[in-house]
Amino acid sequence: MSRVTFISPNGAMTIIEVPAGQSLMQAAVARGLPGIDADCGGACACATCHVFVDPAWMGRIGLAGGMEQSMLGFAEGAAPNSRLACQIKMSDGLDGLVVRLPEAQH
Amino acid sequence: MIDPQSIPIDKIDVSALELWRENRHLPLFERLRREDPVHWCAESMFGPYWSITRFDDILAVDTNHQAFSSEAELGGIAILDARQDLRLPMFIAMDPPKHDAQRKVVSPIVAPASLADFEPIIRERAGRILDALPRGETFDWVDRVSIELTTQMLATLFDFPFEDRRKLTYWSDVATVIPQPGAIVETDDEKVAVLMECLREFTTLLLDRAAAPPKNDLISMLAHGQATQNMPPEEFLGNIVLLIVGGNDTTRNSITGSLLALSENPEQFAKLRADPSLIPSMVSETIRWQTPLAHMRRTATQDVELGGKTIRKGDKVVMWYISGNRDETAIDQPDRYIIDRERPRHHLSFGFGVHRCVGNRLAEMQLRIVWEEILGRFPRIEIMGDPLRVNSCFVRGYESLPVRIPA
Repeated sequence: MSRVTFISPNGAMTIIEVPAGQSLMQAAVARGLPGIDADCGGACACATCHVFVDPAWMGRIGLAGGMEQSMLGFAEGAAPNSRLACQIKMSDGLDGLVVRLPEAQH
Repeated sequence: MIDPQSIPIDKIDVSALELWRENRHLPLFERLRREDPVHWCAESMFGPYWSITRFDDILAVDTNHQAFSSEAELGGIAILDARQDLRLPMFIAMDPPKHDAQRKVVSPIVAPASLADFEPIIRERAGRILDALPRGETFDWVDRVSIELTTQMLATLFDFPFEDRRKLTYWSDVATVIPQPGAIVETDDEKVAVLMECLREFTTLLLDRAAAPPKNDLISMLAHGQATQNMPPEEFLGNIVLLIVGGNDTTRNSITGSLLALSENPEQFAKLRADPSLIPSMVSETIRWQTPLAHMRRTATQDVELGGKTIRKGDKVVMWYISGNRDETAIDQPDRYIIDRERPRHHLSFGFGVHRCVGNRLAEMQLRIVWEEILGRFPRIEIMGDPLRVNSCFVRGYESLPVRIPA
């Protein structure tokens, strides 16, 4: 289990325990976290699980891949540290990860 | 009449228009999903085509734009191969990277921050439309509510002359119709003539907006956007048609569809009235249930294996969203209309991948607002007869629906 902190636009923090191998999106949806819509169910086919990865973690998380980048290109306010939560798989090295949620998912 | 269970599988042609006009297509899709989910139809009024009928296969095609192209030149995004001069370039019928650049020009207007600005305008107009409805007499819900609301919204997004707004409805209907005797236009030539008139009017507006400072309307955005400001006329027309049709037929038919689905499922209607906080999830469930665009089409750019079949380069591939939305392997009890489903947004009606509907949140907002305003006003709306359905396997919707609001 690794702990991930999700920060809402209003500053509210939610800490979720994510089992290794699960995606951030799956863990957030299972917890019913508002702000992660996940319309496509994890296929990297919409952009409604958009998160901003804390810059300190970008080195370990890495940049979005090709398809993911295309989808993020249509998300509102996407930045270089934008990722789709469905494409971030949990591993032990990510314990303590911090991500921020956008104002809305589009 | 064909029996969906006994007709030989290779004779099934789900594109036949009478199946849609008479609402008989669903049992055929149910059989295809079960027996032959990637199905070849050798002969139809649209020529040979593949049907993709299962949720996961549709997702796979929709997200693979390298192998399944949307290019207008190859045939575009609908089952009908338009005549050469009617193959308008528009960003929905382009592949990346040009698609991405043009889409990004218009997407800010339908992004959540912009929608919040539109909400009070939509609410005020929806209220006015509903307050003007007759009491104690039968009227057409499609014309008085669904069309009027979506057309007013479109006129606002374009900043189009408000009193001429029904022209937008007309152009949208002409753009999607398959010309035939009795239809709104009967020949391709007539269709071209109407679309040229649309182009002329929008070009006048475009020139005005280009000469003025940028503002928050779609024409101004096209006029000032780097990827769109120097489009040739047919590409400007194509994108205008896309935005008109995208914002018109779809929401219109979901508004009508929501009233029908709720009326056919009175226990769901009662649940909604008892708990209006279910409106957003009812809206998503309706968009799944209605699937206002029944399909999107692609053209294979290479040989592809899918579901044990080999799709050949150049083949026409039709993703039947209406079928994927009733696929029990992806959606629990898909044939039931359940307004408080667990994951109501998990549906195919907006498509997935780079062409996913840019106006999805606007559509959801319009539907949410109109229902918030309806529930506050009318304890009862009576359905007075069967709806007349659109004669199309692309737009899945309604020409008319007679209703009555008790005096």
